[in-house]
Amino acid sequence: MTEQKSSLQTIISLSDVQDIVDESKNRPGALLPILHAVQKRYGFIPNSSVPVIAQGLNLSRAEVHGVISFYHFFRTERGGEHTLYVCRAEACQSMGSRELERHVKERLGVDYHGTSADGRVTLEPVYCLGNCACSPNVRFDDDVYARMDNQKLDELLAAHGVKVGEVTP
Amino acid sequence: MKIKVYVPSDTTARSLGADKVAAEIQLQAARKGVEVTVIRTCTRGLYWLEPLIEVDTDKGRIAYGPVEQSQVQSLFDADFLSGGDHPLGLGMTEQIPQLANQQRRMFSRLGVTDPISLEDYRAHGGVAGMQKALELTSQQIVDEVKASGLRGRGGAGFPTGIKWQTVLDCDDDEKYIVCNADEGDSGTFADRLVMEGDPFALIEGMAIAGLAVGAEQGYIYLRCEYPLAEKILNKAIAIAYREKLLGDDLLGSGKRFHLEVRLAAGAYICGEETSLLESLEGKRGLVRAKPPLPAIEGLFGQPTVVNNVLSLTAVVDILANGGEAYQALGMERSRGTMPFQLAGNIKCGGLVEVPFGVTLRELLYDYGGGSASGRPIKAVQVGGPLGAYLGDSQFDTPMDYEAFAAIGAVLGHGGIVVFDDTVNMAEQARFAMEFCAEESCGKCTPCRIGSTRGVEVIDKVIAGTEREKNLTLLADLCDTMEVASLCALGGMTPFPVRSAVQKFPEDFVAEVK
Ligand SMILES: Cc1cc2nc3c(=O)[nH]c(=O)nc-3n(C[C@H](O)[C@H](O)[C@H](O)COP(=O)(O)O)c2cc1C
Ligand code: SF4
Ligand code: FES
Repeated sequence: MTEQKSSLQTIISLSDVQDIVDESKNRPGALLPILHAVQKRYGFIPNSSVPVIAQGLNLSRAEVHGVISFYHFFRTERGGEHTLYVCRAEACQSMGSRELERHVKERLGVDYHGTSADGRVTLEPVYCLGNCACSPNVRFDDDVYARMDNQKLDELLAAHGVKVGEVTP
Repeated sequence: MKIKVYVPSDTTARSLGADKVAAEIQLQAARKGVEVTVIRTCTRGLYWLEPLIEVDTDKGRIAYGPVEQSQVQSLFDADFLSGGDHPLGLGMTEQIPQLANQQRRMFSRLGVTDPISLEDYRAHGGVAGMQKALELTSQQIVDEVKASGLRGRGGAGFPTGIKWQTVLDCDDDEKYIVCNADEGDSGTFADRLVMEGDPFALIEGMAIAGLAVGAEQGYIYLRCEYPLAEKILNKAIAIAYREKLLGDDLLGSGKRFHLEVRLAAGAYICGEETSLLESLEGKRGLVRAKPPLPAIEGLFGQPTVVNNVLSLTAVVDILANGGEAYQALGMERSRGTMPFQLAGNIKCGGLVEVPFGVTLRELLYDYGGGSASGRPIKAVQVGGPLGAYLGDSQFDTPMDYEAFAAIGAVLGHGGIVVFDDTVNMAEQARFAMEFCAEESCGKCTPCRIGSTRGVEVIDKVIAGTEREKNLTLLADLCDTMEVASLCALGGMTPFPVRSAVQKFPEDFVAEVK
């Protein structure tokens, strides 16, 4: 689904962050919902938003940083336009995900957490997408694609305008 | 009269092209001028047949699958709208053998109803459990759950009725119901199927839990890997509020229960209940030492029921049809039905809900049809990434908590991951350690450091460096992790590792390519 990504705001406005904080700060355990909302808006959690969040919730900046760094899903740097998650867990392994991982990394020319040179895709590992009876699986933004193989993956990337590098055999 | 066609719209069906099939059906119908209502359901759990479409006929629902977009035209040509013959025809859905041989109790509505239609839900037995609960006292509800023999489906199998009793017995004003929807184990997807396919059942189950223990607030802690489940749950919750299944006046009784979905952020350890509570409170998901039990000091320090999605869903059936009926199924101390999930290298993978006591071999071959690759099944991991790997000599073990414990394995959440003979078990053992290192919460040394050392030691074994010595070191490391870890992540990672070494020693002597 591209709607989510194309609506990302690229200019970080601390007053928008303040609005997000104000909207949620009275909910019990508000930090995670706030971090999700910030990441949803910008695609990552900008460093500059941390003091605003910390102050709103009466936490130290270190505490907020500590929470952000604990969770795999939160990003502190801007990613690509899209995110490709490749499932690394056992059911996908049993159907060839190790080979798929190698292929994807070569095609995009990056390792996990890296972004392709054209800025289109960030590659992330994921441990199970809950679609384990149709392995191997990948997720492109919010959509899951089952029974992936190298060729289908290339087609998926091409369909989203991702330039893929030549694979040297 | 409009003809009803059912096309699933859950993650699995969509991942295999169901949306395109649905659109093509609309298109072709419009072209031919026939009136068709396409109802988006959920998968029935027969994944190898997805996208599986069904047509309503006077005889009942007739199934076709797996359907590709390009085949829709030929289905129309074969007059599938009145059940016409077609190579993809599967006959009556309910008579497909793998489905007919199941006993669906938790999943009786799966794929049958429109997930976010409350009318559909009611028409198929929904809401009866809550109505019953509203006629009973809290103690009577808890007694009904105790009578069912229900054990938590999240992995450890702790009796749900006893957990609820503990929370009921606390006289605090604030109590909470927390649904553990973190479903992080590879090979498991039953929680997702409830949330995408029958969300009102989870909502109803949580409200019943609230009535049982005197809690007025519930949270569903949902893993962020399930964006579709989040959408569907939130839609269903909004409808439930409107129709008084949630809110300040449950079905006009004056009783209250409120419910909210909270998104997790991709940490496996947050499936562990105390770590989950920390996360819900907005902190790092560090595991808490027990005691105190969450039932006594849980979310925000208050008495809290933490239950898995399936446990809470099972309660709906237990209240509606009585604890006795539930207890009548199963074996020994594992009562009722369990949704087993067949995954990995398996021909007919998907959801199999049957009573406990079925053997692993029956699941693998009778329901699963053997491996997908057609090669011999070599190893099966049951119970997620912390579960042991089993070999053929153990496939006749009945699926029962105690029978599995007796062979040093776990049933866990009922996930079954199949590998054929091309698997290298040293690689799998290495991955178990790598996963533990990646997902450790970092609170205790055996898990945090031990798993990293574990990867290094296995690498040496694989490389053939002082193999005997390193295998001994690995065994010691596993012992230390098992006895000295605070929670089951560090404590159970030795299960897959040891079982791989013990049952497949040949893979630890040959070089990995
Ligand atoms: C590392 C770890 C991960 C866990 N992950 C889950 C999970 O994803 N879902 C779940 O319901 N229980 C999980 N559990 C079990 C929970 O701690 C807890 O036992 C369960 O939610 C209780 O619910 P139940 O009694 O209904 O089974 C996990 C436990 C551990 C140690
Ligand atoms: S065993 Fe691992 S995950 Fe569990 S508390 Fe210790 S460090 Fe955390
Ligand atoms: S293991 Fe890959 S989807 Fe579950």
